[in-house]
Amino acid sequence: MLPTATIGSAELAFGAEPDAARQKELIHLVRQDCGSCHGMTLKGGLGPALLPENLRDKPVDGLAATIYYGRPGTPMPPWDRFLSEAEAAWIAEKLMTGFPQ
Amino acid sequence: MRLFLSFLLALLLNACATPQLRGTGDLGLIIERASGYVTLINTSARQPYARIGGLGDLSHASAVYSRDGRYAFIFGRDGGLTKIDLLEAKIVKRVMQSGNAIGGSISQDGRIVVAQNYTPGGIKAFDSDTLELLSEVPAEYAPGQFSKVVGLADTGGNKFAYALFDGGEIWVSDFSDPKAPKTQRFPAGSQPYDGLVTPDGRYFLAGLFGEDGVAMLDLWQPEKGARKILENYGKGQEKLPVFKMPHLRGWSVAQGKAYLPAIGRHEVLVVDVATWKEVGRIPVRGQPVFVMARPDGRQIWVNFAFPDNAKVDVIDTLAGAVVHRMEPGKGILHMEFAPRGENVWLSARDDNKVVIYNTDSFAKLGEIPADSPSGIFFTSRAVRIGF
Repeated sequence: MLPTATIGSAELAFGAEPDAARQKELIHLVRQDCGSCHGMTLKGGLGPALLPENLRDKPVDGLAATIYYGRPGTPMPPWDRFLSEAEAAWIAEKLMTGFPQ
Repeated sequence: MRLFLSFLLALLLNACATPQLRGTGDLGLIIERASGYVTLINTSARQPYARIGGLGDLSHASAVYSRDGRYAFIFGRDGGLTKIDLLEAKIVKRVMQSGNAIGGSISQDGRIVVAQNYTPGGIKAFDSDTLELLSEVPAEYAPGQFSKVVGLADTGGNKFAYALFDGGEIWVSDFSDPKAPKTQRFPAGSQPYDGLVTPDGRYFLAGLFGEDGVAMLDLWQPEKGARKILENYGKGQEKLPVFKMPHLRGWSVAQGKAYLPAIGRHEVLVVDVATWKEVGRIPVRGQPVFVMARPDGRQIWVNFAFPDNAKVDVIDTLAGAVVHRMEPGKGILHMEFAPRGENVWLSARDDNKVVIYNTDSFAKLGEIPADSPSGIFFTSRAVRIGF
């Protein structure tokens, strides 16, 4: 099942990368808070695994949209209160290539 | 002089021959989720006394105790099952039992430790002495389809009740013959996320994520099947987003009522355990995660999902309302009461410490450094059903 909403890939390509301090916050958010369902090591829990090999076939803008808007009908909530679209895209891109510790 | 020397010698020999004796009733452990350590603690001294590493990925790790309170069985996220001796402060045995685990339980007679697994979905039973695999029950709810297992609880007669997140069922597996378990299945509802057995071992409740309600099975009369309670508590209102799944355990039952986290509502639901009807709801400051009764049932302590996980609300069960609000630290993940409840230990993940509070005065009594602490487990769990 693919999410219907997507974030423009132009945003992903040209969106400003979060600064170092913000990156640190986002990494903490993903490891600790996304980690409560997806596992701190992102190998999955009640939510699916988010390692590069699990995401290989998924479009990066679809992942970003899932992070930002959530996925209705599943426990995945929208994270739009806590990050911008560009930050969601940055997280999606990092997940696909191996998320920083 | 000679006499004195032999007295000293006798004293010395005595010290060598007899290790200092001690009980285990005031011991416990703190999970340090990021580093694979556990810190062993003493609830009388309110101090750590040892730290043990090498336990693997301990995110969402939990522990159960042997009936003598000496050994802890720790279920790691990575499928590691580690047996720790609290008196000698060392690992006794460690096995990798699955790819992705979510806790476990110990049988009524203390002989069987059961792990519940996400991948591959199902439960596995181990000999509590040797950690030798005895048997397993794959959670295959439809041909070729395996479910993540949640809410595993020990019940009477070496039976274990649990719920299937993907399968929407409650299963009860009877391990009275540990190598040949027999399983009964009961339809429960959409996406059970966790479960609990009441302190008397009679009722198993599975909280539902995919619908408003809780599935309830009377383990004394399982032939009646699971039924729904608290149905439609949201009354069709749009749910608030849930940034962390709530947890259920037997400590939610106090003074004849069960206090349960609502899903997608910042409320604690109150159910009369005699009738299983909703008798109230108590507004709180976030999505509840743990709703835990002090052992005497006078208070209910509530912590919250992100982004409200610095807060803790305390409900007085006599007043039926929140009577104390606090912010004891950043990232409050878990709480554990001293065996008789005079104080409570809270893990503050993002402050890298465990904080200890008096539950009557709410005065802070102390803190213990810990690396990203999550679960706190005291040996008093050894003698309670559902822990």
